[in-house]
Formats: sequence, structure tokens, C-alpha cells
Amino acid sequence: MLIKEVSDLRNISQKTLNEMFQISKIKFQVGSATCGLATGAGQTLSFLRELSANQPDKYIVDEVGCIGLCFKEPIVDLRMPGCSRIYYGDLNIYKAEKLVKSLEEGDIRKEWVLYRLDKEKFINEDEINLASDISDIYREITTMEDLNLFKGQMRIVMRNCGRINPEQIDQYIAFGGYKGLFKVLKEMSPDEVIEEIKASGLRGRGGAGFPTGLKWSFTRKAEGSKKYIICNADEGDPGAYMDRSVLEGDPHSVIEGMLIGAYAIGADEGYIYVRAEYPLAIKRLKIAIKQAREYGLLGQKVLGTDFSFDLKISMGAGAFVCGEETALIASIEGLPGEPRPRPPFPAQSGLFGKPTNINNVETWANIPVIIAKGSKFFSSIGTEKSKGTKVFSLVGKVKNTMLIEVPMGTTISEIVYNLGDGMSDKFEFKAIQTGGPSGGCIPKDLIDLRVDYEELTSAGAIMGSGGLIVMDEKTCMVDVARFFLEFLESESCGKCVPCRSGIKRMLQIIHRITQGQGEEKDIELLEEMAKGIKDASLCGLGQTAPNPILTTLKFFRTEYESHIKHKRCPAAVCKALIEYRVIPGKCTGCQRCVSVCPTHAITGPRSQAHNLDKSKCIKCGACYEVCKYDAIAGDAIILE
Amino acid sequence: MVNININGQDLTVRENCTILEAALINGFYIPTLCYHEALGFYGACRICVVEIAAPRGQILVASCAYPVSEGLIVKTDSERVINARKLILELLLADCPDAEIIKIMAARYGLIETRFPPEEEGKCILCGICVRACHNLVGAGAISLIKRGKNKAVSPPYESVTSACISCGTCETMCPTRAIDIKVFDRIKSLHEYEGRFHTQRCNICSKYHVDNEKPGSVNNWIEELQ
Amino acid sequence: MDNEVYIIEEILSRFPADPEAVIPILQDLQASLRYIPEEAVILIAERLNIPAAKVYSIATFYNAFSLKPKGKHLIHVCLGTACHVKGANDLLEKFKRELEIEEGETSSDGEFTLEAVRCIGCCSLAPVIRVDEETFGTLKQERIPSILEKYRAKSEGQEC
Repeated sequence: MLIKEVSDLRNISQKTLNEMFQISKIKFQVGSATCGLATGAGQTLSFLRELSANQPDKYIVDEVGCIGLCFKEPIVDLRMPGCSRIYYGDLNIYKAEKLVKSLEEGDIRKEWVLYRLDKEKFINEDEINLASDISDIYREITTMEDLNLFKGQMRIVMRNCGRINPEQIDQYIAFGGYKGLFKVLKEMSPDEVIEEIKASGLRGRGGAGFPTGLKWSFTRKAEGSKKYIICNADEGDPGAYMDRSVLEGDPHSVIEGMLIGAYAIGADEGYIYVRAEYPLAIKRLKIAIKQAREYGLLGQKVLGTDFSFDLKISMGAGAFVCGEETALIASIEGLPGEPRPRPPFPAQSGLFGKPTNINNVETWANIPVIIAKGSKFFSSIGTEKSKGTKVFSLVGKVKNTMLIEVPMGTTISEIVYNLGDGMSDKFEFKAIQTGGPSGGCIPKDLIDLRVDYEELTSAGAIMGSGGLIVMDEKTCMVDVARFFLEFLESESCGKCVPCRSGIKRMLQIIHRITQGQGEEKDIELLEEMAKGIKDASLCGLGQTAPNPILTTLKFFRTEYESHIKHKRCPAAVCKALIEYRVIPGKCTGCQRCVSVCPTHAITGPRSQAHNLDKSKCIKCGACYEVCKYDAIAGDAIILE
Repeated sequence: MVNININGQDLTVRENCTILEAALINGFYIPTLCYHEALGFYGACRICVVEIAAPRGQILVASCAYPVSEGLIVKTDSERVINARKLILELLLADCPDAEIIKIMAARYGLIETRFPPEEEGKCILCGICVRACHNLVGAGAISLIKRGKNKAVSPPYESVTSACISCGTCETMCPTRAIDIKVFDRIKSLHEYEGRFHTQRCNICSKYHVDNEKPGSVNNWIEELQ
Repeated sequence: MDNEVYIIEEILSRFPADPEAVIPILQDLQASLRYIPEEAVILIAERLNIPAAKVYSIATFYNAFSLKPKGKHLIHVCLGTACHVKGANDLLEKFKRELEIEEGETSSDGEFTLEAVRCIGCCSLAPVIRVDEETFGTLKQERIPSILEKYRAKSEGQEC
């Protein structure tokens, strides 16, 4: 069937909403994105699918994307006819079996429920009341709004994630999808679309924060009849996975955004460059593209207008540098992913020498909402220069590791302590790393920093793609700097000297420092090199490569000095500078450490404090990991 | 024509030319390594960086690749430029201790020693001139830049003999650091470490050894093919 | 060997003779053969009418391609930032000891290839590893032997 009129869209929407919400059976929805699958959502899903196959009159099961509460995966939601929707966390197959048994006895296992949802709210402000009357049992369950996890969150990019089946285009349409496309094709000129995006204040979510509308206007104005648009889904920043989640949970939002962009820019062909490490995202994108073609949303004469546009998927082959625009273009063209000097910018001469516009997944996913709800709605959110929301992956040593979407300008402390619920271990907050290898580490003193493009840059970090890695007292900042340099050394394309050789040499120095062989002049040399590498490198990778060093030097200089002058790693992380020992008073003699020690360095009879032979210890940390009594200490030593 | 300013001097230069071209024509010295007139820019060695005033402030750009525009203000030897060049040369001194040209260039900036532990040997600075010449000028495509990052190298496929090499010696001629060395031993011409070996004949006119006509893939056969 | 050439030809026939097809061709080859054989580099070059040196350059640039056959099971130890701060290096070391190989190598029985990867996007479950298509989150060294055992058993099951 081809969609041509708004009424077609409305019909699909009405029909699907009825199917989704006017249910007469018990309905399970299983979050089946990669993080769910990694914790056993696949088994839970097969069990529930079998259940509904055996009792089709009683149960229905559907799949949804990731709602963002990754630390509670597998997440399954349940709705009985006429009731609120309730969300279960950690629902592995064993618990799922128990739950079904309990349900048959009329018990919803309230103790496993995370929260309840009484109303399904849509981006266009419509709502559906899920429960006509809320029973006493349900009243005892916290509502989504009352949960700290969601307070202060606002879902624009992740509007449909965890709510619709990403493999069903009808569900996307039912939740207001493709309305924005209709609006631009039927009511707006390309220039009006660009003006609307400009007015919204949307800036690129890939890292640098360039105004999206302005970027579009460059490619629109560029000479030539053939133009391309590209979705950069080569989400390479370690610690960031929001793009994967959007592609896995709501691929049509990106496709619709790209359609709108293509119309505004005057492109008839687009590529989605997605990293090969995201197989599920690729699979769901392929399904989404096929479905969009079947409805005539992609292809010749979209919605019966004169506008034509089609999409191809280009798969990455394992090169972080391909996140850089010109390297990405080279990769699609079938070349090694080496960046090219700019100018010419892709807007003038990009893919196959044609004007090309590149935006990342999150940027594209914002577009349909800006069009459907208007630029005013969008620009009313956020700070003066950073509008809208930003999705962050809150990970590292924080209790709630998850994806959050918050208005720009939310403070780090709100993110870490309210949404993240503080630190995961008994150690104190030390720093938060933003922006991946191009970013920096923000210390405790700046915890009230409002997260937007300008504030982060002023602290020496960058927004980047939105990874927030929480670090505690047990994180060594010199080791973190070494980690990023190691990452960049292996990911540098090697074309230009400052990046290829400069990073290699910086890493050698840092490596020496973590080995306790640093020299006093090293810090000065690192700072001098950082300046030169930033100045002289060819592309963004090299130009920002020194950031992790510079920010750690700026905020954690004493840690460097401790490694260099005292040969001591204060966080007790750098292996050359630590020593493991058994704390006799705490050791119960349970022998777990004895059984895991690969070199038999720990000995001792059962129920007696064990001994650790330092000469045999290879510092693998296996004993520390298994000890339940905190009886193994990894202490910083001072190297003689 | 456009008006630009280099080191305080107002100049009128050809449109669409690069900063490097404009500077050289007007007598300003800018060092280069990976740039070659016959191959155009590549932008890899960064030794030709200059400081310009851009909308986002003063920045360094590779002059070989950056086009001039009306009102452009360029500094070819500001402190920032010199520091960047010195760092690049110091890095190259350590990576390619046998490259004479690097030593000479470095000495020009007062650099005799490098603070980085030098490699045991090495001449190739990975400027890519040989590869670009082999592909874009000769059309043979025998060698390429393989691997990436610190492992990047110039090599034929599988680092062994390649029939694509026509032993023309263009790579050797154009290499700025003499990292490619074609040796002639007993009428056998051997290319660098690639061990591609070709029978040669002594030319009556120039008295140099050239690749033998009989060998498949030799220069002469290749020229015939072209015709 | 003949079988390999057949597979290469079959994969080549799926793509247009277009230089931009080189990466997708190499990806399909890597998936089918678990490596890029030398013949493939030559055949791709002929088919797409580009120098073999160019194909080789691409095959060695991208991490996804391997010139040596990989093991039956691919172990990816994630070394992203979140995994790093949660001790991913210790996991990598454990795998090295268990398999008696270095990073990037294949175990002597041809079962496992050990690779470190930079973020597989499961940071909330750090530290994470992936074996073939399966992801294991919040992993401890202790569990590693049983994971290896499971995959060894899988291979044996297939051979029977």
C-alpha cells in the first residue's frame, strides 16, 4: 500500500492504536535492544512468545526498544486489560516463569515492579488513559513521574524508545510518526524548512555542536544538481551508545529526519554509515527502510509529490577515525578512512565530489519533532545557546547506569546524584569524563556545571556524542589519560605526523609515568606537545587528542606529580605501583581467592587467614574481585 | 585576483591558488615535505603550516592545501608556527633518524637532537609522494600505504614482489628522503626492499641501466600497451 | 582452496564492478571465510579494475579485516572507557592466560581469536565482552573459564 494522503496516515494510526491499547488479553512487552539481550531478554522473550503461542486467547507479546534503564535489564512491561502498565526490572527467564505462575494465581508480584504508567502520552500532547480505575494494589506502586530516575528527564529523541516495536512502521506512525514529513512536503518550501530548523537552535549532536540549520543551508546553496545526505551512525566514542539505542529502538525517527533534511537540502540519495559493531541496529534499519519503501515514504515520488529520495546502508569496518566527516566519506567511496584537508568542506565537495550534508543519528532524530511541534517548542527547552535535550549515557562507577535524556543545562550533580543515584561503590566521586577521547575529565569542584556546549568547552572538555563516565577515588587519572592515548594511538589513521607520531610519543611518556619511571620535565614536555599536536594536526581526531591529557593535567596535576616524584599511584590502579595483600583481620579463610589465583600465590588452610606470596603475585586482581569480605587490599606502594 | 596579506605585506594574488603558491611566488619561504608540484597537496606532513586569522580565531592551517580568499591574513613564521614545525621535525628526527633532509631542516630551526627515544633506523616519513606518483603519474599502482597509525608503511601487496611494478624508478626519483633505493647489480635492477627484480640493459645514450625489453611488465611493454 | 575461490567468485558476483564496492565485498568475504585470502585481493582488484595495492591498503587499514584465518569463535573484549574503569584489562589478561595467546592471535586449536575492541556500546553493563553474537555483561574473571568451555562444547557439538 502506498501512503499518499494524511487520511492514509490517520487510518493506519487509528487502527494500530486500537490494536496496541484496546486489548482484551494480558500483554507483555519485552525490551529487546542489545543491552537487554546481553542480560537475557532473549530467553525471557522466547519463553513469553511460547506462552502466547500456547495460550493465544490469554496472552500477547510484543518487542520494544530500550527504555534506557539499562541497569535493570531485562525489562518487561505488562498490561492487563483496562489497567495501568507496570514495568518489571531484572526479569530473567526464571523470574518470568515465576511471574506467569503468580499471575495465574492473581498476584502481580508487586515487589518486582519498578513503576507504573497510568497514561500513555504522545509527543503531540495527546494521551491515552490506560486505566479507568486504579486498584489498591496498583496504587501501592510508584508512578513513573514519582521515580527519581525519571525526574528532570524529557524525551524528544528517545520519544518512542521502549514504547513501540521498532520493526513495525505502523506503530511509529501510530505514535505520530511521518506527520512531520507530510507537513514539509505538502505545506512548506525547502527554505522554510531550513528557517524552521535554524529558528529551533538545534546544533549537531555528534560533538562539535555546529548549528544544523546553517549547515543545511550551505549544502542547499552549493552548486550542483546531485547532492547527498549522510547519517553518521559510526558512534565510536567509547562510553556512548545513545545512537545504537535510537537505531535499535526507533529507526524510523532517523529515516523521517533524513527525508525532511533531504527535501530541505535538495538531495535525492542518502547513506546511513553505521558501525559493524551494531548488528542489531543494522538489522532493524534494513527492516525499517524496506517498510518505508513499501509505503512509498522512500523511493520515487514520495507521498505522490515530485520529491524522490532513497537510502542505502553503508557498514563501517572498524575504524574510529571514520566518525570524522571526510574520513567517513572516503570510507563510503571505498578508500581507506583517511581524512582530507578542509576546505573544500563536504557541503561544497563531499561524497563522490558532490555537495554533501552529514549529521549524526541524534540530530536527525530531533528533526521530525521540531517540524511537527514547531521551532518555538524546541527552542524553549535548554540554555541560551544550547537548545533542546541531550541524550547521555551515564556509565562508569555510578549506581544507575543508563541512558538519560535531559534538557540542555542540567547540572552534573543532578545527573550523577538524582538520576544516577550516586556512586556504585563505597568510594567518593572524583570526576566525570565527557566527550570521549576528544573530551576531558571534569573534577568534583565543577559538579554544579550546567551541561551545555559552551560550559563544557570552558572547562576544557567537550559535549561530544554524550558519554558521561563517572569516576571515583579508585580511578587513577594518569591511567585514564594513558587509556585515551592508547585508544587514539591505535585509532589514528597515521596520515599526518603530529597525530601519528605525536600521540605515540606522548603515550610513551605517560606509560613511563605509570610505571614509576617518570621524570620531572615530563609534564612540561607533555604540555608543549599537546599544544603542537592540537595546532598542527590534520583532522579533529588529532586536534582534540591532547584534551584528555590537558584536562587531567589541569585538574589532577598532583596525581601526575605523585607518580613522578613519589612513584606512587594514589588511586592504587597503576599495576607497577601497587601490591596486593591479605588483611588478616578480615580474611575468613574461605579459600575463594586460593581457588582463583592463577599463580598459586595465595595459600592457607580453610578457616584461617590466608597468605599472599608477593613474589608469585602477577597482580591480576582475581582475588580482589572474588573476595566477599574486603579482605584483599590493593595498596599503593612507593617504588624504590 | 584577490588581496591577501602575508607577514604584514599586502599582496594581490591569483584566485584559487593556495597560500603556499601565493607565498612562494612572492618570495616567502615555507618548508614542505609531502607537497609536490606534480602531485598537488596531500596535507600529511604539516610542516607547511601557517597561521591565519579565521572566524574562530587565529588558527594554523596547512598552506599547501588552503586556498586564498579576499582579505586573508597569513603569518608564515609566527612563534606558534615555528613551535609546531619544531615539534614535527623533532618527532620526525626520532622516527626517521637516517633521513638527511630532516636533519638539515631541523638544524635550520636550531634542532640538533630529539627528546624522544629515536628508532634504530628509518628514512621513510610516509609523505605518500611515491604512492601518489605510482598511482597518479605512472599509473602502475604497484605500491600503497598499508596498515594505519604507527604501523603505517609504504609497500606493495603482501610486502613482496609485485608484477605491477614496472621498475620505472619514479618513486625513487621523487622520494624526498631517499628512502627508496633502486640498486643495479650485475644487470639486475632491484627495487628497494620489495625484491622486485628486473633484467636491465645499458642505454647507449645515457649509459644508465634500464629495464630489459623482454621482461613482461617492463616499461617498454607498458608504453606499448598505452599506445 | 578451490572452494575458497568459488566463494570469492560468488561474493564478487553479488556486487557491481564499482570501486566503492570494495569494502562491502571484503566484509562479506571476512564473514564467509573469516579472513581475506591473497587470491581474493587479486580477484577483487581485477573485477573492480583497481590496483591490487589499493585493495591491500584497504584490507590492512580497517580492523574488521584479517589476512590470517580467525578462530571459530571471536572473542571481543571491550576496552571502552566505562569497561576500562571497571577493570576490563584484567579480563583481557585473564583471556590471554587462559588461551595462552596474545591479543589479536588465534588459539593453537583454532577455536578462539582474542581481540580487544573499542566500545561495543553496552557501557551500562561494563565490563563487557562479546563472543560471536553473544554479549556478556558485568563480567568477572571467574566466569571466563566456563564461557570458554561453553563455546568449546558448541564447536564439538557441531562436529559430531
